[in-house]
Amino acid sequence: MNEARPMRIGFMPLVDAAALIVAVDKGFTKAEGLDVELVREASWSNIRDKLAVGLFDAAHLLTPMAIASHLGLGHVRVPLAAPVNLALNGNAITVSPALFEALRDVADASLENPAVSAKALGALVKLREAQGLEPLTFGMTFPFSTHNYQLRYWMAEGGIDPDHDLRLVVLPPPFMVESLREGLVDGFCVGAPWNSVAVDAGLAAMLHFGREIFARAPEKVLALRKSGVDADPLPALALVRAVIAAAEFVKQAENHAEVAALLAKVDRVGVDAALIAGTLEGYLRINMPGEYRRAPDYLIIGEEGSCRPDPRQAAWAYAQMVRWRQARFSTEALTEAQAVMRADLHDAAVGRTLPSAAAIGAFAGPAFESGDVSGYLAAFPIGAKI
Amino acid sequence: MRASLGVRSCLSPPPTAGCTHANWRDNAPSIPESQDAGRAFSSSLQPTGSRSLKIVIVDESPIRAAILEEGLRDAGFEDVERLGEMHNLLKRIYAIDPDVILIDIENPSRDILEQMFQVSRAVRRPVAMFVDQSDAASIEASVDAGVSAYIVDGLRKERIKSILDLCISRFKAFSRLQDELARVKSDLEGRKSIDRAKGILMKSKNLTEDQAYAAMRSAAMRENKKIAEIARAIVTAAELLK
Repeated sequence: MNEARPMRIGFMPLVDAAALIVAVDKGFTKAEGLDVELVREASWSNIRDKLAVGLFDAAHLLTPMAIASHLGLGHVRVPLAAPVNLALNGNAITVSPALFEALRDVADASLENPAVSAKALGALVKLREAQGLEPLTFGMTFPFSTHNYQLRYWMAEGGIDPDHDLRLVVLPPPFMVESLREGLVDGFCVGAPWNSVAVDAGLAAMLHFGREIFARAPEKVLALRKSGVDADPLPALALVRAVIAAAEFVKQAENHAEVAALLAKVDRVGVDAALIAGTLEGYLRINMPGEYRRAPDYLIIGEEGSCRPDPRQAAWAYAQMVRWRQARFSTEALTEAQAVMRADLHDAAVGRTLPSAAAIGAFAGPAFESGDVSGYLAAFPIGAKI
Repeated sequence: MRASLGVRSCLSPPPTAGCTHANWRDNAPSIPESQDAGRAFSSSLQPTGSRSLKIVIVDESPIRAAILEEGLRDAGFEDVERLGEMHNLLKRIYAIDPDVILIDIENPSRDILEQMFQVSRAVRRPVAMFVDQSDAASIEASVDAGVSAYIVDGLRKERIKSILDLCISRFKAFSRLQDELARVKSDLEGRKSIDRAKGILMKSKNLTEDQAYAAMRSAAMRENKKIAEIARAIVTAAELLK
């Protein structure tokens, strides 16, 4: 047995880092010959920059952020390789009680249906404009994030142009709840556990789980610098095996209490274990009266094939960037984006080839095809076309 | 692996008046980021003349921010403003309209600033981010030191570099200060333990003060530990045996 290989890996305190945290804290990485130091970070920008300059060997990253970094969008170009998905889904759209009431007043059916709530939001936005009220403000965690795309996709289905009809602001997850309390935002889209924290504080109602907007959104990846992986793929492969083993452990219902306890530690996610356990089970309190909503796919970790990074997921994320004018479309960039998702490394690590991921899916709008980004974008009344 | 080349730039449309929150996107298309664009921007940086640079320090630690500010003022940067309160950060930064923003890397609000590198209706001027291949070492040093610099205008690189270098040295001075403080605190606690242990030994073994100290010192030497550790062990043992 060779000496364990030291690695530093950055993560954000979110439940969707569970597979990574469990991989290290339950010894899956050690079993693969890796000596991993996990470093809790304060911002996505930090993680990205520390990965870029070599202070981290790998990082828990927003999937769209890994693609943006690889393409040089919004920041310097740092080619990345994502050999494993850490999580699909896991976000929720949460609104203030006042906004929830206002939406219910204008909704023509149950707000549980995102098509209904989007339409209600569209009507409310017009109403507020007519009344000369300030536009609504929504928080999200990062420009290149599924949170941003979930909000925008949903809003646009309600006839809202998110760049003109309301305000979208970046807010670090720990500030979301406070910002809602102080009325600085009317709602937000964020990952677990922050929606639950807001609901439990009596400040908000969860309107939609992320999976109600997109069925299987590529949420987080484990990313490494491409140059490092090209030079020596072995550590990446070992890491993939450890993460997949940990993800399978996380998935088992009988392990949820143990996983929640691990994640609850202050140097990990650092929130109440019960909140984390609820997230893992997909059984979450959604409002102050104490209603719960259940969705086993609220956060997908360790489901068969879900760890496998799929180039189609990157193509989809790139299409969202083009739609919201974060990127100008080119077929080269589309190809490059897909190259981030290293299904080849994943398959090499597990020793077999798994089928492509299931479609991402959305509650409305056209089906996504990697080969026809142009047709996909053309089908939306709101947003850029190619 | 290093950050790739180029000082990055995004051109931005005029601001919309009366925005209480900055909207991070506008209808204008993004400028595609390429290494060539970075180089072109880098070479087109205009000297800012004799006008003093407007610098904003975003830091929740008032002491560290004060040390930074003082260092910047000593170096001749007169126009320095500190923001310690993170609410409406973007709006206030737009109002100040700085040339340079310095932000503590441990501050979660760093992600808020990332919005400025999107095409934003609220940013009046070109935004450049100081990340350059030739300066990979200084970026790394700044990441290590916990500073990350955002440059909100076309500036001469040398000036940015001097500010960054200054901040790094100030941040290091601040962390030295903190280490020193922690050391003094632990010394003080060690001294307290030693005094208490001396008292315990004097009483229980009927020793003089010098003898009690000598006994602890030889135990420390024998076990290759600090006297303070031996003293703490004595105090703990005495409490258990009470």
